[in-house]
Amino acid sequence: MVTTAAHEAISRPRPTDAASLAAWTIAAQVVDPEIPVLTIEDLGVLRSVRVTSDAVAVTLTPTYSGCPAMDAMRDDVLAVLASAGYENVSVRLVLSPAWTTDWMSEIGKNKLREYGIAAPTGHATVRGSGPAGPIPLKMAVKCPRCSSLNTRELAHFGSTSCKSLYECRDCLEPFDYFKVL
Amino acid sequence: MSEQIKADAPADDHGHVAVDVTTLDAELIEGASHATPDIAEYALWLGDDSLVLAQQLGAWISRAPELEEDVALGNVALDLIGHARSLLHYAGTASNRTEDDLAYWRTEPDFRSLHIVEQPNGDFAHTIARQFIVSHYLFELYSRLRASADETLAAIAAKAVKEVDYHRDHSTQWVLRLAQGTDESRRRMITALSDLWPYVEEIFRDDPLIDRLEGIAVRPSSLLAAFDAAIAPVLAEAELEVPRGFIASGGGRTGKHSEHLAFLLAEMQVLTRAHPGASW
Repeated sequence: MVTTAAHEAISRPRPTDAASLAAWTIAAQVVDPEIPVLTIEDLGVLRSVRVTSDAVAVTLTPTYSGCPAMDAMRDDVLAVLASAGYENVSVRLVLSPAWTTDWMSEIGKNKLREYGIAAPTGHATVRGSGPAGPIPLKMAVKCPRCSSLNTRELAHFGSTSCKSLYECRDCLEPFDYFKVL
Repeated sequence: MSEQIKADAPADDHGHVAVDVTTLDAELIEGASHATPDIAEYALWLGDDSLVLAQQLGAWISRAPELEEDVALGNVALDLIGHARSLLHYAGTASNRTEDDLAYWRTEPDFRSLHIVEQPNGDFAHTIARQFIVSHYLFELYSRLRASADETLAAIAAKAVKEVDYHRDHSTQWVLRLAQGTDESRRRMITALSDLWPYVEEIFRDDPLIDRLEGIAVRPSSLLAAFDAAIAPVLAEAELEVPRGFIASGGGRTGKHSEHLAFLLAEMQVLTRAHPGASW
């Protein structure tokens, strides 16, 4: 069982020194261009900010390998830090450890629901080969409009890589679901 | 090996492509070193498979049987493009080439993709049969490549395996649906599977390169049992039999391709070649 504090440390690895933390706080304002209610911190995409005497190094992790929003997020991080007076800012994309929806903050999940997108339910696990791991449970997806659990998947893939398309059988509203990865 | 690296060729042989620092950094894995020529060749194998398959799937957008399928195949293609970018970027570190150099400025004999990914889209059942075979293979491959001694390959695999897990689920659902749907859909599924099956053997063939990458690459033949075990229950449920028949010649890993690949590359590369250095 992962404690809340431990989970927080993994999903939002905020720097401990004051200078880096100040830059982190600024970088953390950048939002996902496709889901503008979520910041890159809410998503768990912001992985580290390191301020040294002459440079700022930021690392981001892509949600999906081919996610086109990553370029925009990277440019926005560069822009927001530049406008805050930081010079010599570099942004790296790192693939490892691979991003997971487990890193999304509770605040982020609440914002998603308010925005009309169902938040990921349950925890990520890769099925199939390899050592036996946790067994994935398919949990009901709650309709963000009427909170009914009587919903069904219309399509495995949705408007962006990270979402699939659902329909509520009670209020009949179709909605996006941020799928577990 | 026809992977000729023209280190002394002028940098703007094909128009100067300006790449800024942030773009170059884009797909780097923190701490990643440069690939050795052998590892680069292996990265090309995997990267080219993903790139060619993604290009094929893109052709379905606005042509799929339903809107959701346009979106699904487009999303699968996007994931594959992501894998191809990471792999080609890494391959390029061995020869000082960018992912775009590799994607747009190599010709057919320099591509290392398998014959199965260059098979035409055909009807929807053919595309699904191809997806079914390839995504199950890729899932087994990336599951094991996560343990590669090469950190970069392991990181790319750890990311990719989660995505191809969705792809194989998607194709599995369609195999079941087409096989158990109408007589017509079943007939098409059976035809598609038997048309694609001759290209399965090449996927699990061990090229001599593999012997030099022990612990780094995944030996293709070692994946066959897991592949068979993964598809068997699906085919059983769909009441489909593994087709028997001839085995295609293959040879993609050494640059021998069918006539399909050149046409695909021509379409994929035409814009870059007509307007070298263009950006948008």
